[in-house]
This record gives sequence, structure tokens and C-alpha cells, in this order.
Amino acid sequence: MGRMSVNLCGIVIDNPVIPASGTYGFGYEFAELYDINMLGTFSFKGTTSQPRFGNPSPRIAETPSGMLNAVGLQNPGVEKVISEELPKLAKVFHKPVMANVSGFALDEYTEVCSKLDKEPMVGWLEVNISCPNVHGGGMSFGTSPEQAAAVTKAVKAVTAKPVIMKLSPNVTDIVSIAKACEEAGADGISLINTMLSMRIDLKSRKPLLANITGGLSGPAVFPIAVRMVYQVSKTVNIPVVGLGGVSSAQDVIEMMMAGATAVQVGAANLVNPFACKEIIENLPAVMDKYEIENLKDIIGGAH
Amino acid sequence: MKQSIFTVKENRKLTSDVMLMRLSGDTSHITAAGQFVNVKLDGFYLRRPISVCDVEEGILTVIYKNVGKGTDYMAALTPGAELDLLTGLGNGYDLSVSGNSPVVIGGGVGVPPMYNLAKRLISQGKEVTAILGFNKKDEIFFENEFKALGCKTVITTVDGSYGVKGFVTDALRDMDYSYFYTCGPEPMLKAVYRAASTSGQFSFERRMGCGFGACMGCSCKTITGNKRICKEGPVLVKEDILWEE
Repeated sequence: MGRMSVNLCGIVIDNPVIPASGTYGFGYEFAELYDINMLGTFSFKGTTSQPRFGNPSPRIAETPSGMLNAVGLQNPGVEKVISEELPKLAKVFHKPVMANVSGFALDEYTEVCSKLDKEPMVGWLEVNISCPNVHGGGMSFGTSPEQAAAVTKAVKAVTAKPVIMKLSPNVTDIVSIAKACEEAGADGISLINTMLSMRIDLKSRKPLLANITGGLSGPAVFPIAVRMVYQVSKTVNIPVVGLGGVSSAQDVIEMMMAGATAVQVGAANLVNPFACKEIIENLPAVMDKYEIENLKDIIGGAH
Repeated sequence: MKQSIFTVKENRKLTSDVMLMRLSGDTSHITAAGQFVNVKLDGFYLRRPISVCDVEEGILTVIYKNVGKGTDYMAALTPGAELDLLTGLGNGYDLSVSGNSPVVIGGGVGVPPMYNLAKRLISQGKEVTAILGFNKKDEIFFENEFKALGCKTVITTVDGSYGVKGFVTDALRDMDYSYFYTCGPEPMLKAVYRAASTSGQFSFERRMGCGFGACMGCSCKTITGNKRICKEGPVLVKEDILWEE
């Protein structure tokens, strides 16, 4: 094991850097720019049972130090992900990939997870119970401990792969939801998804997003993510994947000190397509600067 | 796609709120008329997508309208300033189907991409007509530049203060042409769609996150499935377009 490698729910990854779902598609746009096998892994575009177009335009708005999105889980549906996207991905990525799953009902989560469970390329199932941009599903499962536990339990029953529950920051008590997922059998927790937000155009006097609200991401949310990763990782005994505004090797180290075993990079990929490559290349020098021999030694170091 | 640093060579006003910027840098990834660049500006999180007006031998020309804080920042840049650009984005126009006498139709800040397009068509020996639409006389730019390319150039103004009074479609209606290419505000594109007598290609504008196909922020529905304006667009063929209500 190299000095950057970590064990994420039983799978050792070369480094903790993971592009976050929804900012990396199915990898090929980035594979044209650099060898994406340098990543720890990546979390592919949130996949649902049926194809989805998502929300009307505009779906994107800018904010100070960040952005809003209300894409609304556009994806080709699990059948096409398996028959078209994964074979294409297999040509450019040779590591276990993290499959991001979303749904609108319990049986949709289990249907998609049981199909992806059969795919050898898939290392982990990251179950999104935190999308703020869809109605009647998504985040509603992630805002009560009982619902979060119910999804976790149902998904665990249909897969042998490690299940990571992706949580929403739009809650009063994130720790109780993380604990409920752990007790229901989750192998890991990832947080935070985006924060429910909105902006208004002064000229038109209307919301900038057609969906009215969207999810805030980017450096603006980084301190919130650090706080929540710290609180959750202090309480649960399963690995935590930290994300929210991570943009540099320093941010990765800070997130790991807060308690993250691995770290996802989201919005930064959209502004700088080489963000993950640069972070991974910069990590050894930043580790040296802070006298960190092995990254795994600093996990939760701030506790 | 290529990420590289460009240097501002020139940044000047064309009208009260439209600016022309010339930059030097690696333009080798710009392969078609109608492509765009995505510009990083200090202090702004998202890049700004701006269409390519012209490109030759390491010199890129863009024309932009001053519409907000980002373009205010751009307008204040002086020669020597450096900008981080993603170049070679989007599909661009397909010239192979133009026929011998295509018309290029630009409205407002939809005019700039028509310039490099007209230039490429003329270099292939096509007889190009340009219809350039503006609201009023003092908003007109690039009339002489199009004429210098050798285009038959028709200017329309909504208020009739110069050229043909009315919209671009008022000039298009009685014209003979083999094919059309257009870029401009969406109501104009819809009007061209209805008025045109041939097939053609439309360039669309959308709020974008990344500009290179990763975020799905700019997707639209078409006859042949969902397309990302930044990747499978911004140019869509007439037969593919589904107008959103």
C-alpha cells in the first residue's frame, strides 16, 4: 500500500480522491483529458430505474464561491447504464467504480441496486437519499432517520457490495440520520450533498432557476461539510466519505482530519477539468509540508 | 478541448455595450465555426461561455455584450492581461451541407459566430449572403467586416433606423438561398425556423455549468434524444429541434 492509499469499506484505493456523482458523468469527457485510472475511484452519474431528462432550463446559477444546480437527476436509466455506459467506461477505467443510485420509492432503490450488484465493475453502491432537486423522492428519504434506515435495510438485502448512504445537509440532526443508517447495516456514509438554496434575478424579478430552488455546492459549503463530517465520524464506526466544496490537496487533508476516510471532489471538476488530477499530484508535497507519512494516519485526527 | 492561457491583445468597444476582444494563445483546438470558449475570470466561480467570432494563426477574436458583473470585469481588462480559457468546445456548424448559396443570419450578439462561418464558406467558393439583425442603428456592428469578406450583407433594424425595417425574417422572406445558418436570441431563432424555406442549422445559448459535457446543466430535448448544448450542440439541425413551451 502506498502512502496515499486508504481502505474504503473493504476495498483499498490508491488515493482518497473521488470525483463526486453528477460532476463527472460516466468518466469519458475526463478520460480524453488525462488518465482517469490515477483516481481512487469515481462516483458515476446518479442512476434511476427509468431514463430521466431532469428539470427545465435554466438549471445552473452562479453564487459567491459556488454554484446552484437543479439538474434533477438526468440519466439514461439503469438498463442503458449497464448496457451502454459501463462497457464504454470499461475501455478507459480499470478500477472498481462507485455506482450512484437514486430513486423515488423503496422498490426503485432495490431494483436499481440489485441490477448494479451484478456488475463486476461496480465496487460500491452509493445510495443517494439526498437530492434536493427532485420531488416526491430523493431528499425526502434522507431527512428522517426512519426513512433513511428503511432504504438502507432494503438495499442491503439485495446486494453483497458495500453500501454507502449519501446524506443531505438539509436536516436538523445529521448525526441521528447517520446513526440510523449504520444501525440498518450501511457500510459507509457519504456527506454532504448540496444545500437547498435559491437566487433571484433582479431584472426579471424571478428565481434564476426554472426549478425555483437548487443545490448549493462549491467552496461556499466546505466549512459546513467539514463540520458535518466531524460530527458524524465522531459518532459512527463505519467509514465516512467527505465531500462539499473540496478544491485542493489541503482541503482533502482537512476533510480527512475531520474524519473522512475518502474525499469526493464535485463542483471543482466543472470549473477546472483537471482539478482531481492536480489534487492527486499535489498531495505528496502537501503531506510532506505537514509531516504526514501516510494519509490513513490522519483520518479523524482532529477528534 | 484544451485548457490554456491566452493574453489579451486588444479590448475595445464596438457599440455602447458590445465589446471586441482579441487574444493570443493556442487556438489549435478550435476546429469549426460556431464553437465556443469558456473563460475563467478572477473572483467568479463559473466560467463564461463565449462564442468564437474569428480565429487565425494563434489569434482568437470574441465579441461579447456587457450584461453583468462577469462581462464588466472582462470589459475592464487591458492588453497584457492573461485569461484561462477552455477552447474547442461544442460541435460547431457543418459546412458540408451548405450548397452553393447559403445565407448566414445573425441577431445581436448572435452575429459574431456568423463571421468565421461566412469566412470559411467563402474560402470554399460559396456565394454567401449575410443578414444581420439589430434593434436600431447605433447597435450595429461588423457590417463593413462582413462586406470585406465578400458577403452580400443585409442589415435589418427593428425601428427602421438603418437598412431593412423589421426583423431578419423580413429580409429572408423574398430571398433565394441553398441553406441557412443562424444564431441569435431564441425568439429570432423560432421566427427563422418558421420563415425559412430550406433546411438549416441553429446555434443555441444556455446557462452552463462546465461547458464540456460533465454536469448536464445545459441539456435540451430534441427529436433525436436529449442533447447537451455544450457538447452535442450548440448547433442543432432544423429537423432535430423541439421548441420548449
